[in-house]
Amino acid sequence: MEIVIIKYNAGNIRSVLFALERLGYHAVVSDDPALIRKADKVIFPGVGEASSAMGYLHEHGLAQVIQSLKQPVLGICLGMQLLCEFSEENQTNCLGIIDQPIRQFPQLGLKIPQIGWNDIFGLKGPLFNQVPEHSYVYFVHGFYAPLSGYTLATVEYMIPYSAALQKDNFFAVQFHPEKSGKVGEQILTNFLNM
Amino acid sequence: MPLTKRIIPCLDIKDGQTVKGINFLNIRAVGDPVELGSRYAQMGADELVFLDITATHEKRKTLSELVTRIAHHINIPFTVGGGISSVEDVSILLQAGADKISVNSAAVRNPQLINELAHQFGSQCVVLAVDTKFVDGEWIVFLNGGRIPTTIRTFDWVKQAVELGAGEILLTSMDHDGTKNGFAIELTRQVSESVNVPVIASGGAGNMEHFVDVFNAGKADAALAAGIFHYGEIELPALKQFLHEKGIEVRR
Repeated sequence: MEIVIIKYNAGNIRSVLFALERLGYHAVVSDDPALIRKADKVIFPGVGEASSAMGYLHEHGLAQVIQSLKQPVLGICLGMQLLCEFSEENQTNCLGIIDQPIRQFPQLGLKIPQIGWNDIFGLKGPLFNQVPEHSYVYFVHGFYAPLSGYTLATVEYMIPYSAALQKDNFFAVQFHPEKSGKVGEQILTNFLNM
Repeated sequence: MPLTKRIIPCLDIKDGQTVKGINFLNIRAVGDPVELGSRYAQMGADELVFLDITATHEKRKTLSELVTRIAHHINIPFTVGGGISSVEDVSILLQAGADKISVNSAAVRNPQLINELAHQFGSQCVVLAVDTKFVDGEWIVFLNGGRIPTTIRTFDWVKQAVELGAGEILLTSMDHDGTKNGFAIELTRQVSESVNVPVIASGGAGNMEHFVDVFNAGKADAALAAGIFHYGEIELPALKQFLHEKGIEVRR
């Protein structure tokens, strides 16, 4: 199985590579459109800021590549947000694959960004095979995907919102499976088994 | 359920080995950082912090090889600190696999460093570490692992750092560190209430009640300790269970 992790100007990319290695999978980190297109599985990770990431994806011709993918794709954290339509983070037009917005957390007295372990529930679909309801996973983010018809998992921080989304072959998680211990490893394994 | 309170074992590194200083002096080694870190991750640690305590004063640059080894073996987030003084230092450590970095002395000397790091890598990976001591009625910032006093008030510095883009505060009371008499509750509470980013309390953990106090009265988002974990005085699963029984949300 060929797994490509999309290389762009966002952080935490090697963490995903290492996590796959711990699971016994070899992956390639690449920004080569040909390699990305022919991979069996594509992972679109990332920590960072939406507008500079989108700028980079457009400049390097990666936006169109990602939009055209037919194989299973997993967006992680910023990668998830970029798969959506629009982000309130610096009013950024994103890839528009999952037609829903990304909002800024309201100021309701809790600390922003949310940093730490929170529990996910309402788990749907094969991405969450053998993942118990209310499992803890690791989040680091200041913007969120509202609940929608694409929601595969819910989390609550001030308000309930999407911990995971799916549209067709595009799967996306707000949390970091590569940093979420055994639960995260199960989710990555489930994705690779699709 | 709300976000859980985090328990963070800290591994102080010197020459590639884990050590624990008592009041930052009289250092002794306790083992391989990768091995210890993996053990903590398996036992339920929520995050790890690796601090190269010799880095600043010996001007040793990076720990990138060790960081890569850690990143390969550990499936929870970890922060690396010690002697970080430039965007380039940070870039190397993040590329090596660190999730966050902590800056301390260099940020005090050049506060714009925080701004540059936040801009380039995002606030979520910029932890401001502050070593502080109560001097003549005020909490004052200390530099270089607690060796050099400044005239900067801790509360002022923390607020400024958050405005510049620090995403988390790692707050160490040098008066409490190594004493096992409990965390600096009042200091932690005041800092936690004055900023809207998470505060990690550090220094003074001696028993499980101390963690309850720092989360409840101290309003800490996370608590960091070293020696009590290294020497097995508190086991992580027992601590998590205890906190749960006290009504504190923790990942178990």
